Order: sequence, then C-alpha cells, then structure tokens
Amino acid sequence: MSSSKARKPSGLFRNLSAKIASVPMVLTALVVFVGGTAWTVVYSFTSSKLLPKLNFVGLDQYERLWSTRRWLISIENLAIYGFFSMIFTLLIGFTLAALLDRKIRGENVFRTIFLYPFALSFVVTGLAWQWILNPDLGVQNVVRSMGWESFAFNPLNDPDIVIYGILIAGLWQGTGLIMVIMLAGLRGIDEDIWKAARVDGIGTIKTYVRVIIPMMRPVFVTALVLIASGIIKIYDLVVAQTNGGPGIASEVPAKYVINYMFRAQNLAQGFAASTMMLVSVIIILIPWAYLEFGGKKRG
Amino acid sequence: MTSVLVKDLTLKFGALTVLDNLNIDIPEGEFLVLLGASGCGKSTLLNCIAGLLDPTDGEIHINDRNVTWEEPSGRGIGMVFQSYALYPQMTVEGNLSFGLKNARMDKAEIRKRVARAAEILQIEPLLHRKPAALSGGQRQRVAIGRALVRDVDVFLFDEPLSNLDAKLRADLRVEIKRLHHNLKNTMIYVTHDQVEAMTLADRIAIMKSGIIQQLDTPTEIYNRPVNKYVAGFIGSPEINFFEGAVEDGAFVTGDTQFTLAGYAFQGDAANVPAWLGIRPEHIMSGDAARDLPVSAEVQIDIVEPMGSDTLAWASLAGVPIRIRMDGQAAVSTGDSILIGFDPARASLFDKTTELRI
Amino acid sequence: MADVITPRGPKPRRRFSRTNIMLYGTLIVVAAYYALPLYVMIVTSLKGMPEIRIGNIFSPPVEITYQPWVKAWAEACTGINCEGLSRGFWNSVKILIPSVILSIAIASVNGYALANWKFKGSEVFFTILIVGAFIPYQVMLYPLVIILRELGLYGNVWGLVLVHTVFGMPILTLLFRNYFTSVPEELFKAARVDGAGFWGIYFRIMLPMSLPIFVVAIILQVTGIWNDFLFGVIYTKPADYPMTVQLNNIVNSVQGIKEYNVNMAATLLTGLVPLIIYFASGKLFVRGIAAGAVKG
Repeated sequence: MSSSKARKPSGLFRNLSAKIASVPMVLTALVVFVGGTAWTVVYSFTSSKLLPKLNFVGLDQYERLWSTRRWLISIENLAIYGFFSMIFTLLIGFTLAALLDRKIRGENVFRTIFLYPFALSFVVTGLAWQWILNPDLGVQNVVRSMGWESFAFNPLNDPDIVIYGILIAGLWQGTGLIMVIMLAGLRGIDEDIWKAARVDGIGTIKTYVRVIIPMMRPVFVTALVLIASGIIKIYDLVVAQTNGGPGIASEVPAKYVINYMFRAQNLAQGFAASTMMLVSVIIILIPWAYLEFGGKKRG
Repeated sequence: MTSVLVKDLTLKFGALTVLDNLNIDIPEGEFLVLLGASGCGKSTLLNCIAGLLDPTDGEIHINDRNVTWEEPSGRGIGMVFQSYALYPQMTVEGNLSFGLKNARMDKAEIRKRVARAAEILQIEPLLHRKPAALSGGQRQRVAIGRALVRDVDVFLFDEPLSNLDAKLRADLRVEIKRLHHNLKNTMIYVTHDQVEAMTLADRIAIMKSGIIQQLDTPTEIYNRPVNKYVAGFIGSPEINFFEGAVEDGAFVTGDTQFTLAGYAFQGDAANVPAWLGIRPEHIMSGDAARDLPVSAEVQIDIVEPMGSDTLAWASLAGVPIRIRMDGQAAVSTGDSILIGFDPARASLFDKTTELRI
Repeated sequence: MADVITPRGPKPRRRFSRTNIMLYGTLIVVAAYYALPLYVMIVTSLKGMPEIRIGNIFSPPVEITYQPWVKAWAEACTGINCEGLSRGFWNSVKILIPSVILSIAIASVNGYALANWKFKGSEVFFTILIVGAFIPYQVMLYPLVIILRELGLYGNVWGLVLVHTVFGMPILTLLFRNYFTSVPEELFKAARVDGAGFWGIYFRIMLPMSLPIFVVAIILQVTGIWNDFLFGVIYTKPADYPMTVQLNNIVNSVQGIKEYNVNMAATLLTGLVPLIIYFASGKLFVRGIAAGAVKG
C-alpha cells in the first residue's frame, strides 16, 4: 500500500478559514455579550460612582433602586405600556393582516401605508406625535374649534395619562411590523384548509378563531417575543416625545439606566437598574424558551 | 485490480452509528449500486468515499492510494448529485470548467475536455445557456458532464435520477448504462429504486441500518436473497411469505403442508421454525400449475390489471398472497383457479435469525 | 318571456355587498389614520408660523413656504451652534457607510461559515449570539465604553461603527445563515469536489447567487443605523452626533420660541432617508423584516 500524502489535519487547524472568519462572532458573543453582561452584573453590587470600582456593598444599590420613586414610576409605566402594547399590537396587527388577506384590491397600497411608520425612527415618531397631541394647536384645538368647547385630550401634559400618549405613538409605529408577520403567517396556511372549511360550512370568523389562529401559534409566539423585546428597550420614543415629563410621569427603565450611567454619574445605580432589566427579560424568555425548545424534544 | 477499497469504515454521529464497520472491494470498471431504503446509510457511504464526510474510523483507498484524509478534489473522483447541483450563475460551459480552473489547468486543455464531454453527452448547443434555461434531463446531463471533464477513474452517483419524471428516468438510465459501457470507468451509484439497481448494476450492495446485507450480482440477489429483509426488499410486487416450520423435507404452515422437494438447502435440512418466501411471478396458474410439486385450488379476492401483467390476490393457507399472471389472463373476482409453485424457486429463512437456510 | 330563471353559469354577485363595504370601509379609515401623521408633518412644514398659530393642523397651507425647510437644513440651532441639520445629516452618512459595509461583510461570512463549515463549538457561539440579541442593550453599554476606550475609539465615529457592527451581528448573521442553509447542500458538495475552498466557494458560488439577501441586509442596516438614537448619543461627541440626535436637540431645545414648521421640516428631513428606501424597495423591505422575524 503506498503511503498517503495527505496529512491528518490536526484539530485546531481543521477548517481554519471558517474559524478565522468566525473570530468577530466569537469575540462579540464572548467578550461583549457574555463578558459585558457579567461585568455589569458584578459591578452592580459595588458603590461605583464616577468610575467603576470594585468596592462591594452587597445589595445596597438594589435597595436604593426599589425605594426610588422615579424607578417605581418607570416600572409602572413599563407595565402599563407593555400590557396594552402587547394586546393592541397583536389585535390590530392580526386584524389588519386578516383584512388584507381577504383577496382585496389595492393590497399593496394598504400594506405600504400601514407599514411606513415602521421605517421611521422612534425620534421622528415621538416628535410627530408630540406635535399632533400639542394641546394648543393639535387635535384638542381642532376639536374645540369645531364647536366642542369642553373637549379635553391632552395626554402629554397630564401625568395620569401621559403613558397612553406614548402608547398611541408606539402602536402607530409598530403595528405594521406585526401585521406583516401575521400576513406572512396567514399566507403560509394551506389554501385547502379554507376550502375544507367552506365545504364544511364554517363561517369566516369562526374559521379564523377555531382553525387559523391555533395553526398560527408559532407566528404569534414570534410576534410576542418581538413585541416584548421592543417594549423593554423603549427609550428614544419617550426621550423625543416627552423626555420623561411632565415631571417624571413618563419615565421608563431604559431612560433611568442611561440617566444614572451617563448623566448623574452614579454608575452602580445604573448597573443595578440595567441588571433588573436583564432579570425581567430572563423571566419572560425562560418560560418561552422552555415551551418552544423543551417541548419539541418530547413531541 | 482494485479501484475502490472501503476498509472497516465506521461513521458515528454522537451515539448514532450510521455506518457500521463496512468492507467493500470494488474492482476496476465495475458498476456497483448501493441500494436501500432511506436512512440506510447508502448516501452517507458515498459521501465518505467522496471525502465530503469524515469517517469515525476506517480507511478508503482509491486506485491503491489511501485517500482517507484527502480533500474531495484530490481523490480522483467525479460526482453527480440528485438535485444536479449546477452553479446557477454560471453557464453550462462555466459549470463544466469550474473544477478544471480551480486545478489551474491550462486553457487549451480545458477547452478540449469540455468539448469532448459536451460531444459525448450531446449538450454542445447548450454550452452558453444558464442552468435555469435547461430542462431537468438536460441539467442532469450537464451534471454528468461535470464529472466527465475531470477525466477520473471513479464516478459517484447520488440518486441522480430521482428528481426526474418516469419517462426521462428510463431514458437517462439507458444512457448511463451506455456511458459505462463506453467509458468502462468504475461507477458507484446510490439509489432506492430497485429497477435502476437491477438494470444498471454489475453488483448490488443492499444496505440496512449501516450494514451491508448482501453484496452480489442482481440475479443472485433476486434468486437467492441471503435473508428475509433482502427477499422482501427486492422484487415488485413483493414476495409472499408463509410463517411455519421445516419438518422432514416439508414446510408446514397451519394445516397446510408444502413439499420442499428440489429446494437447495444451505446446509443440512434441520427441522426449525421458518419463513417460506415465494415470488408472485413464480406462482403459476391453470395448466402450468398442474404438474408442479405444490399446487392448490384458490379463490380470487381481487384483480389488479396492469396491462403488461395482472396481479391477482387470493388466500392460501390462511395467508393473503399475490399472484402475478399474464396481462391477458381472463380472471375475475370470485373465480376459483388452480395455482402451484416449484419449491426450488422458493426461499426459506430461519424464523429467529431470518437468514437463508 | 317569463321563463323561470334556472341557475346556470356564474353565480350573480353584487359588487357592493355588505361585507365588501365593511371590509374596504375599515381599511380606508385605518389607512387614513396611519397616513395622517405624515400628512400633518408635511402641511405643517409648509406653513408660516402665523398661519400655524391661528389655524388647524389638518388644514392644507394657504400660502406655501419653503422657508422652514431651508431653515431646518441650514440654520436651526442646537444650543449655540446654528448650522442646521445638515451637519447631522453628513455625520449620519459618515457613520452609515462604513457601518453598513463592515457589518454586512462580517455577518455574511459568519453566516456562511455557520451554514456550510460548521466546526466544533460554532453552534454554541451562534446560540450565544442569538440569545445575546435579547439582552437589553443597557446591560452592555458601559462595558462597551471601556472596550472602546481601551481601543482608543471612544467618542469617535469608528467606535460607533464598531458598536453598530456588534449589535447588528445577531440579526444579520441569522439572516445570512438561514439564507445559506437554504442553498442546496449538494451545490456546496459539488464545489468541493471541484476543488474550491472556503473563500473560493464564498466568492465564486455563494456571493453571486445571494444578491437579493444582500439587498435585504443593506435595507435592514441602512434604516436601522440611520434611525439609531441611543448609540449615537452615547458613543459620539456632540460634533459627531448623528441626525436623529441632532434633530431631538433642535426640536426639544428649551431656548427660544418654538417654530413648529421648522421642527416638522427637520423631522421630515430626518425621516426622509428611510422613507425613500422604504417606498423604493417595497417588497424587499417587507421580505427583510419577515425573514429576520419569522424564521428567527
């Protein structure tokens, strides 16, 4: 048997080009995502002010965090915004998608109109709605000048409802995306399902509720994850539309974090707040990941 | 002379053993077909030979050279894929010459080889088209051409005809056979289609769960399957099985007894529980059945006329059986007819080992 | 003739059935609602301030003026600086071009390696990358400040480019990995039998057949980076602020009287780049977000 000229490629150098090409990904994953997160969590237990220092103070930062009114308002706002944003985005997104899926004329025009806000930044969205909701010259003024003198709709200056003013803008910007995803999901459903439902004499709405929506479970899950991760990140919209005002009535956690890290020079307080954001994401994601991936193995 | 030698080849994905200690010796110029149901490891074996998968253990030699650690392009093979795998943005000519350009062959030689392959496969008019503008049959021809220009001794085919419709498949099958006849290269051909296997192969390797069940000529595999799996896998319509036992030169199933006179036992005829298999085409009917050692009167349950022949279903010894009859046979449901077979054409398998006895 | 009509041929259909009126009615009302903010921005930006003060935000301008646009572009003030939004626009362009090129180049090669050249651990890193996409940015903001400072890139445009590359990596890698995975594996095997290596297959086989996905990635990145506010505000100095940050500073500045027409012109100017891309690319934009979202 003649000897082979090929060398046994040793473990490290096998597939070398692919490994070199993956260096940026490995660095991002390990250094920034894992390393950065761990760093922030560790330093959230310190008393770092202007510069990060490793003088541990236990849970002090968290105690302070949860006794700060501004943080509690931020959390409350996020909860209200998140709850309604979740429900309305799914509801509006699915309804619009279902309407567009009825083989209508001008589908492209409608879809283009529903989706264009998504192309705009949160800053642009916030500023546009700040202007529309302007109490002296915006919608309130228009309705009053039409004769309804006592009409009042001034969310951006009313601490009790300011978060709903932001919600209106957020829904306007984000529902188009969910509509597109829902529409893709609806288009993915076999035409024969509709034929079968028609032969069985099941009405359109009943078909949607009993057959189509259960079939679209994965699409709804994707949509939920997208909406949820968007909600937690909400920052620019608030900065542009109200900058947290009036007073601190529309503060949100992301804004609290950035404020303490980069303006108030109280790093560890910012780290603690961002760690709480991370914890809330984990609380949302773990059950989801368990259902999605843990369930698949069994079934 | 040995062209391809597979030695103790084992491939595991984690705990799953896909190929289990395989040994095949393929002489130069042989057309070997790897046949099996999906998931039996036949494509995996081909990919190992091509160098597209790394084996867990064992060696692969091509032309007496150990190529186990060699890159696919350095093994002296050409390969044809099921989905054609033509590079969509290159013309037919570009597809044919891509490998040669990678090998930095000089331009005149490339042109010569492409021209020769195009002539053999009659695809000269297509050379400047893109794959998207070709029909399925033409695409597969180009894919074969891509293997041809490499001027190698070993051709690997991975289910090359599976994506084609029935008529084209039959045409290209003949063409591949002709190609082998003219070129006399070693060819290893993976398929799940037993007609392709029977018509093309010099030898067939029937695989199941990563193990070669039988490696032999088509005739031998058809007539003398080594185990019950092979007997059931080869032949369409499927072979009929009776469950029973060998008892002193006869096969006993329930109240019925078939004589085994003329059956060539592998060794001594022991009295053991066994399966008896008889192919539908080996069951005779009418006058032809009268003088056979085993015969019986049966009632026809159902008739499936297929033009060239007719498949009749009946019940014998309490087992539903298929009988393959002439296409013009005048039988209909409810008829009582005489059938019979010659035990010499049957196969007996041990009940526990399922091996031929 | 008084024949009884027997059903024959196509079933008669009313063009304006109740269902249809409801369907189109709903869609038109909702579409009007979605279009309204854009309309209001446009008409406001074309009015003079006196008209805005006495008028109705929905009414079209009586006297069209382009002065607010000129002012927004060239004269609007942030603090003491009165160069208008043009500076932010060019800053954004300077950030955008290298960020888009770098992030897509890295992510496409990454996705290709993950789809076709898996190595031990590659899937683990990929999983970390995708899970990392769900971590709130806030957790990683400060560590990145330190990393950039160590690299000498903090507060400079290249630092921001790096940040965009890092945070664009999960979605882009996913996009490319999914695309390259959908390319038949046999094509890749054929190229290997033909003697092409890692880069040969990438440049000669994969790149030419994946132009659509590159366009999708470009659309995704251009709109995403152009619309970014958070990273711009944190990782650049005021002189390098991207357009969104500068816009916010102009509109929400507390000094002076509010010029709503200039503000709306500035807002529209900032929204113009992604809007043009959106209206021009149409289906590809939709495909991009659907590919990024549904498959993930």
